Amino acid sequence: MKTPFLALAIAATLVIAPPAYSQATQKVVAEKSHIRFAFKQMNVPVEGRFRKFDATVSFDPKKPEATRAEFEVDLGSIDLGNAEGETEARRKPWLHVEAFPKAKFTASAVKATGPGRYEASGPLTIKGATLNITAPFSLVDAGGMRTVEGQFPLRRLQFKIGDGPWADTETVADEVTVRFRFVIPSTK
Amino acid sequence: MTTQVPTEYGTVAIGLHWLAAAAIIGNLALGLYMVDLSLSPTKLKLYSWHKWAGVTIFLLSAARLLWRLAHPAPALPDAMPAWQRRAANASHRVLYLLFFLAPLSGWLFSSAAGFQTVYFGVLPLPDLLAKNTEVADVLKLVHRTANYGLAALVVLHVAAALKHHVVDGDGVLARMIPFLKPRT
Repeated sequence: MKTPFLALAIAATLVIAPPAYSQATQKVVAEKSHIRFAFKQMNVPVEGRFRKFDATVSFDPKKPEATRAEFEVDLGSIDLGNAEGETEARRKPWLHVEAFPKAKFTASAVKATGPGRYEASGPLTIKGATLNITAPFSLVDAGGMRTVEGQFPLRRLQFKIGDGPWADTETVADEVTVRFRFVIPSTK
Repeated sequence: MTTQVPTEYGTVAIGLHWLAAAAIIGNLALGLYMVDLSLSPTKLKLYSWHKWAGVTIFLLSAARLLWRLAHPAPALPDAMPAWQRRAANASHRVLYLLFFLAPLSGWLFSSAAGFQTVYFGVLPLPDLLAKNTEVADVLKLVHRTANYGLAALVVLHVAAALKHHVVDGDGVLARMIPFLKPRT
């Protein structure tokens, strides 16, 4: 079978040079941004975060529907403040970091929900499973920096995070709240 | 409150003593067992149960201390040498100190390690300390030392009680185990 060359060429162009948007694509300021998560273990609130992540954002508050934003989280960078827990979290029953080093989220649709309030939805991929999520967030522009802050719930078992004996939700709750803050240099 | 020294322990004192004995020995054994387990849902459950039992022991010890202050212990046998009286009083004081220090150090250690204590999974105890690994390591050592000390004193306490019963035959053990009393 002959591959249609033109189709490939078009696809390659799209990947290499995405169409121009009104906003320049921005990288987040890592040291001012965070991705944290919270869940309950034996009804005790536990928090953690990911030290390493990367995001490429192209966002115009006037045209939220034209947003392009991609997020990648280095799951091996999990920080639970407890070495035993971190080692366990990287293992196969939990995040299986060796096989699935990164989680990805693409904001494929963003809409305004109020003044300074938006809602992003799109596919979230963790541990080989992809689910659509919706994350409300607020946006504040100050001092040349744009701060995006929000949170969304996810059910860990939908991604098989904590499989086997760990699937017992009486020990570790199914629901995990993910809180994010991204600081991006704002462009005029 | 009476100034007269009673000749025996009351039912409440005896009941609280054995309740505390069962809880303390059980929780010491649970603590020793759980620390070497590899991380699993079972380990998380046992840690929680251990903390709940620790809080219970703290409350029980507070109740016992208040009860004891209001109801003095019966006098020691006249035949006991002075050094043994001093040793008995001192070991009881240290036992009580450890009844509080063991759970308190565990609670603070848990906070410093980043895990709040939620009594029976319902009542969250405040975290007096923020999460801090170095502080947690120190408190872990304090908790371990307090509990090894407590275990050693429990052994001494039992040994002394048996010595009173078997060697001295002075009825000290029978004050806590009424059915050991010779029928008159």
